[in-house]
Amino acid sequence: MGQLISALFVMSIGVLGCAVYFYGSNLLLDFCFPTKNRPHLVIARNLRITNTIRPWLFIGPALLALGFYLIFPVFDSLRLSFLDRTGENFIGFDNYRWLFSSAEFFESFKNNMLWLIVVPTAATFLGLVIATMTDRIWWGNIAKSLIFMPMAISFIGASVIWKFIYDFRSGDDAQIGLLNAIVVFFGGEPQAWITMPFWNNFFLMAILIWIQTGFAMVILSAALRGISEETIEAAVLDGANGVQIFFRIMVPQIWGTIAVVWTTITILVLKVFDIVLAMTNGQWNTQVLANQMFDWMFRGGGDSGRGAVIAIIIMVLVIPIMVWNIRRANAEMEGR
Amino acid sequence: MVSSANTRSPLTFVVHLTVLFLVVMWTIPTAGLFISSIRDKDQLSVSGWWTALSASEQRLVTRIEIPKDQTMENGVYVIRGNVFTQAGDSSVQQFGYSSLKPQAFEAGTKAQMKRGKTLIVQANGDYVITSPKAFKGRGQRVFYTAEVPPRFTLDNYREVLTSEGLGKSFINSLTVTIPATIIPILMAAFAAYALAWMKFPGRALMVAAVVGLLVVPLQMSLIPLLRSYNVIGEFLGTGSKTYVGIWLAHTAFGLPLAIYLLRNYIAGLPREIIESARVDGASEFDIFRKIILPLSFPALASFSIFQFLWVWNDLLIAMVFLGNNEEQLVLTGRLRELLGSRGGNWEILTASAFITIIVPLCVFIGLQRFLVRGLLSGSVK
Amino acid sequence: MADLKLTNVKKIYDNNVEVMRDINLDIKQGEFIVFVGPSGCGKSTLLRMISGLESISGGTLEIDGDVVNDIPPALRGIAMVFQSYALYPHMTVYDNMAFSLQIAKVNKEEIDKQVRKAADMLQLTSYLDRLPKALSGGQRQRVAIGRAIVRQPKVFLFDEPLSNLDAALRVATRMEIANLKESMPESTMIYVTHDQVEAMTLADRIVLLSAGNIEQVGAPLDLYENPANVFVAKFIGSPAMNIMPATITNSENDAELTLNTGHLVQMPIRLNSSEKGLLAQFGVRPEDLTVCQSEADTVVVEGDVSFVESLGEATLLYVKTQEGAELVVAKLAGTLQYKRGDKVSLTAKPEKMHLFNAAGDNYRRL
Repeated sequence: MGQLISALFVMSIGVLGCAVYFYGSNLLLDFCFPTKNRPHLVIARNLRITNTIRPWLFIGPALLALGFYLIFPVFDSLRLSFLDRTGENFIGFDNYRWLFSSAEFFESFKNNMLWLIVVPTAATFLGLVIATMTDRIWWGNIAKSLIFMPMAISFIGASVIWKFIYDFRSGDDAQIGLLNAIVVFFGGEPQAWITMPFWNNFFLMAILIWIQTGFAMVILSAALRGISEETIEAAVLDGANGVQIFFRIMVPQIWGTIAVVWTTITILVLKVFDIVLAMTNGQWNTQVLANQMFDWMFRGGGDSGRGAVIAIIIMVLVIPIMVWNIRRANAEMEGR
Repeated sequence: MVSSANTRSPLTFVVHLTVLFLVVMWTIPTAGLFISSIRDKDQLSVSGWWTALSASEQRLVTRIEIPKDQTMENGVYVIRGNVFTQAGDSSVQQFGYSSLKPQAFEAGTKAQMKRGKTLIVQANGDYVITSPKAFKGRGQRVFYTAEVPPRFTLDNYREVLTSEGLGKSFINSLTVTIPATIIPILMAAFAAYALAWMKFPGRALMVAAVVGLLVVPLQMSLIPLLRSYNVIGEFLGTGSKTYVGIWLAHTAFGLPLAIYLLRNYIAGLPREIIESARVDGASEFDIFRKIILPLSFPALASFSIFQFLWVWNDLLIAMVFLGNNEEQLVLTGRLRELLGSRGGNWEILTASAFITIIVPLCVFIGLQRFLVRGLLSGSVK
Repeated sequence: MADLKLTNVKKIYDNNVEVMRDINLDIKQGEFIVFVGPSGCGKSTLLRMISGLESISGGTLEIDGDVVNDIPPALRGIAMVFQSYALYPHMTVYDNMAFSLQIAKVNKEEIDKQVRKAADMLQLTSYLDRLPKALSGGQRQRVAIGRAIVRQPKVFLFDEPLSNLDAALRVATRMEIANLKESMPESTMIYVTHDQVEAMTLADRIVLLSAGNIEQVGAPLDLYENPANVFVAKFIGSPAMNIMPATITNSENDAELTLNTGHLVQMPIRLNSSEKGLLAQFGVRPEDLTVCQSEADTVVVEGDVSFVESLGEATLLYVKTQEGAELVVAKLAGTLQYKRGDKVSLTAKPEKMHLFNAAGDNYRRL
């Protein structure tokens, strides 16, 4: 109970502080440069001043936060990647040399690529298929809600859920993991799925696909509904069958959305961390970049140089998507 | 959807079946977790959750408590009792007195033991053990195979919430999540309004920067921030792991999406409404408070759901910016600890996992409408 | 007391596009002024400059003798009614109307009095507790007008207030605006529209704009009868005035000219003798053309009927006079039995004829 009260207290301080800043700073500005009940010329001058200052009051906190938490670290990570484990001594490209000669890095890089190919493809494809099918049936919305639900579950929670499914009991004990139980039911040998080299990667990916399919489905479903009925009716009159309509009329019209879904999931995959940490912590050849980076952050007291190098690799992989995003947003804004 | 009448029925049937299959695939994992978390822990460890409703066959063992209960009957010492500790509809199938042959005797038959002792265990669990000499020393072990009826319990939850510290972590999670949801909304709403409707130099550049920052991986920030936090924590004497620290971190990491979503929404509000307010004499701050904020409610709601889910479900930032101790461990962090320390205790893990996911699930089910709207405004154009 | 005076007002956008050039205009208190012109002519921009929502790049805007170029909208003593109504969707009708007074920190009783007075005037009293989304288009527009009235402004600005209404409502609301003006003779009103019917019916004076310039300022009928140039002549009136190329053949006494079709016309317009032989443009409104009844009528237009449009109360004939020439439109009263290909000869009264020089400006009528 005491903890609850102190938590509430701490929370209100945090939120109030923020609210007080915005309210107070704006009131102060209006107080210093009043724009009411003054001669017109004074008002005109004050208005010019407040109109110059106020945007910065509005955007200032966000700017500071973004600067300190996202922009400065990009450059600092770059700097740290040329320093040693303590972040004090310059060691040139040693960290990069270490990285490209480390077998562990190539393993995680290879695994990351595997994730990048499999997860966005599978999630987008399944999402598209489910979106198309659920639009045709009366209980489609219920089905969509249920498939969308894993989106709300944390990666670590999902990991527990799936670890339970992959659970393995040796010997004659009854299998309590669903997957092994099914294998045994069909007369197969139960397996320790998570420790099976190479294939275990796919068992981890299944978790992320399970989570992300709902996201792809919701967005693609909206895009499919946005397609004008008339183009489909025209295709029907032109004699196209269902499959042709889907691939030649509907899919081309939502290419843009498919690309957005794909890249969004791709970015998520690049940062995948919790699942690997919880399921295997990178053992049995399942290491990925984000987990490796986290590992180096703390391993043996932490090696900021090597950690930073891995972070930069992740960043480099993201950059093409970033450029594409900015271009798309700019084009959109000009279209306004 | 267009489909000609004559192909409809078989195709639709296939669609129904496929969707049903997929829905089952997607819900079974969570359902399994939930069912397991309310099962008796002895049953959970020996049978799959899908058998939860059928009686399970368990091999059990009990030790007969000695001497004080023994009575003298017809010249032999006798102890009577019941092997089941909990009342219920369990029934004994077979029993034995040696671990080598736990199923040697059918229930109700008499087992002849060494030194003239006999043991009978009835199907309902009543046993009678007799001996020509007085019982002494350690009691006899009785092995039995029992058909145990399904048993559901909230004991697992009681245990994790108290002795495993989940309750404490639950409050920690709330302490992290609530301010880390409200603060970025406030900041982002102001920034988004400025970026959408106010005139100042560098505006277009900032909008582009926000779009770019949307995808900057968190990993880039971790090491520099950890170092900065250490320095700042030392300077202020508070240490580097504070709630304020993690609020601000979550705030900043949530800001790009928040600003992006809100700016899109606010820029889409009709210009004339804002101009009308201006003609009516409202200052920019009045316009923001009295016009923009109330009108942006749907966008604010969708973002707050995002941010809430994201912060509640986050593990990485909590591990880096909050301590690994009893005082500060959040639910996700606790669950990870338990995965390491109680890896085989599924009753603990399933109940803990369910506690960590129940809040987001409720939020999700209750506010799905806003969530979907937010997702769409962020992605579809 | 609300005279407006615009002197050499200019608007230049950041990209150096000049959208308003040297606007000079005097508006007297109590006048109903309508800015009219084709889309993109700058009429809305000019209104927004008067309101203060757009900055003024050059020249001065005076309200009651004070230069208000840099004064924010709220202090100019104006109120504006927007095309989309711009009602605050999250406030009730009452709060929408009370908003400006609340911002100005007027006391509650006064606000209540003003709002109820305006609501009464516009028959909105029973809707005061509703949200805008529960109102019809016409009611919303009335709320927007009420919001303006509550402020008791010196100048009302209307930015195409009827464009979002359907045809029937538009007529009804137009009348309401006319009534509103009647009931507030002291207020100056400036009204922007692209619809010439609104302009003709509402305005005391019309300001006709085109491409950032004022083409003509005057009373509605003045613009109709004495258009300053071809642009005004073609903009006011529907169907538009027929303009035909011609040559001045005699500039003594009444003007005499030969149309390119060969017809000779005379009209009571005095020209300088030096203007003989110049190219000119002859104009005649479709409704001023009539079918020649006798040999004595001067034939102005002669040719084959290309299209016939029967409107019931009138018949429109599209007459082809020459290969390649624009079709001449005649609006004849009643239903007439013409069909495609019929030959037709049309005439007009000399005093209804217009003459413009090659540059498009009107020759002054005597």
